[in-house]
Amino acid sequence: MTEPLLSLAGVGRSFGALKAVDDVSLDVPVGARHALIGPNGAGKSTLFKLITGALSASSGTIALAGSDITRLAEHQRARRGISQTLQHSSLFLTQSVVQNVLLAAQRQHGSRRSLVPRRQAAARDRARALLADVGLEHRADVPVAALSHGERRQVEVAVALACAPRLLLLDEPAAGMSPAESARLVGLLKSLPESVTLVIVEHDLDVVFALAGSVTVLHLGRVLLTGSPDEVRGSSAVQEAYLGTGRGSLFLDDGGSSRLEVS
Amino acid sequence: MSVIPDASVQPTAPGTGAAAPAPTSRRSVLLRRGLPVLALVLVLAAMPLFVAPFTANTLSRILIFALFAVSLDLLVGITGLPSLGHAAYFGIGAYTAGLVSIHWTSEAPVPVLLAAAAGAVAAVGTGWLAVRSGGVYFLMLTLAIGELTHQLATRLSSVTGGSNGLFGIPSVRVAGEPLTLAGLVYWYVLVFALLGFLGLWLVAHSPFGGALRGIRDNEPRMRSLGYSPFRYKFAAFVIAGGFAGLAGGLFAGLLRIVNPSDAGFTTSALLLLAVVLGGAGTLWGPILGAAVVVLVRDTFGPQLDGHGPLLLGVVFAVAVYVLPRGFAGLAGLLTRRQRGGAA
Repeated sequence: MTEPLLSLAGVGRSFGALKAVDDVSLDVPVGARHALIGPNGAGKSTLFKLITGALSASSGTIALAGSDITRLAEHQRARRGISQTLQHSSLFLTQSVVQNVLLAAQRQHGSRRSLVPRRQAAARDRARALLADVGLEHRADVPVAALSHGERRQVEVAVALACAPRLLLLDEPAAGMSPAESARLVGLLKSLPESVTLVIVEHDLDVVFALAGSVTVLHLGRVLLTGSPDEVRGSSAVQEAYLGTGRGSLFLDDGGSSRLEVS
Repeated sequence: MSVIPDASVQPTAPGTGAAAPAPTSRRSVLLRRGLPVLALVLVLAAMPLFVAPFTANTLSRILIFALFAVSLDLLVGITGLPSLGHAAYFGIGAYTAGLVSIHWTSEAPVPVLLAAAAGAVAAVGTGWLAVRSGGVYFLMLTLAIGELTHQLATRLSSVTGGSNGLFGIPSVRVAGEPLTLAGLVYWYVLVFALLGFLGLWLVAHSPFGGALRGIRDNEPRMRSLGYSPFRYKFAAFVIAGGFAGLAGGLFAGLLRIVNPSDAGFTTSALLLLAVVLGGAGTLWGPILGAAVVVLVRDTFGPQLDGHGPLLLGVVFAVAVYVLPRGFAGLAGLLTRRQRGGAA
């Protein structure tokens, strides 16, 4: 088997006594469409931050294409091809839509140090093409602050793609999108080449099952299950985690598979 | 590194179509914005033919202070780093140009270029520390850098002339001929100030400048896009220091005396005032701000029995109330009204 693109081994992060992410091991092969699901507070967003480097791991190692990146700073990881969209839109609000995408695209097109505006043509064309892909070409020159929530999510996706990522982490990309917008997003993500590996956190299970080839379920910071979408759909443990029959047993402390630690 | 081939992400006819007409519209924008600038430059160049030497001298001082203010705007308005010690690099540039002129040559452009280099080198040493901090800590560190420079200028009296100032700086020479007429000195200042403005404008509108604005607006996001904010802030700090040094070099050539206070807190504070008054982040706003500060302090001030600073304070308080985004904000209001009328 070939080397996985992303490999987590025993990764954990605690905030004081709270273990937000606890001993997570996960391999994502090249070209995979991997979904990460789990109820609120399962540690999905924290796990993303550990992968991108926005947070440092308390334990375990993270490897990208075989090389250890656990100690690398966030921007160094980004340069190795990790790109992301965030759960809460994080854009440059005072700047125009195309300027936002350009900031990401210009790093790829080697024009970053050019003082002559004309030299940016390649990055500009790339930014416009990406905006057309997410369906925002008509809004290119509007300041991001004037966009609707759904449109901002689309800009996020264009920005993430402009980094030409090897590994694309999408944190609830469809949240707040209209059904038409989210269908377009699924189409765009499906059309991405194999060279881009996708890891997606999403609550909209239609989006998850339309895209993902494999699914990992997180619960209280731990991996509950990794498997195909059908396995996950059929799993009773997952249903318990989501529907809360497991919740009651937590507080009764009858020693279920999942623990809640309070100091 | 794998790059997504453009074609594989949905064939995009609209994307290429939208990109094609861009150059022509950009050219018309360039014309529309370039012509007024050209006209303004011609008017500025013609000034000495119509005004008295004293006015030409005042205009020279305004140009120098404006270049200095725009260099600070690169830090304050574009990068989001409000510095309270920017006069340090101005002062270092001024002393360098003065010392070079006294001990070596006052042949243009040697003193000003060395002044710019000295400003940049000083910014390399101090900025490396300063840009690691942010917010109030950055203010305090830059304040300390400014005060240290001021102290050094006062104490190293064998080199700098101490609190008497560095005087006896020979006038600038061009091709061996000393520039003695105020009009000629004005042209000399104008040429370098315009080059300085052009340089700062290019930096601010380059992809590098875009990255600086990105850091100002959302530093964590820039990090996740693969930019190292430290490097960009450091580079911006050095560039701003270099242009402040250039302004200082021009200043030494114009006044032919440099005082420690030119590197001190008062100068830094006045400069920040000019940037805020004009509108931070616009580059052209601080030019107007600098003009107001110089006029109020140097021209109207003496007529008020030394109450120039008081008048400046009143102007500032009123401006902050009436024009929270400076003179540039006023222009924004006007264009919006025009657009509203057209629609």
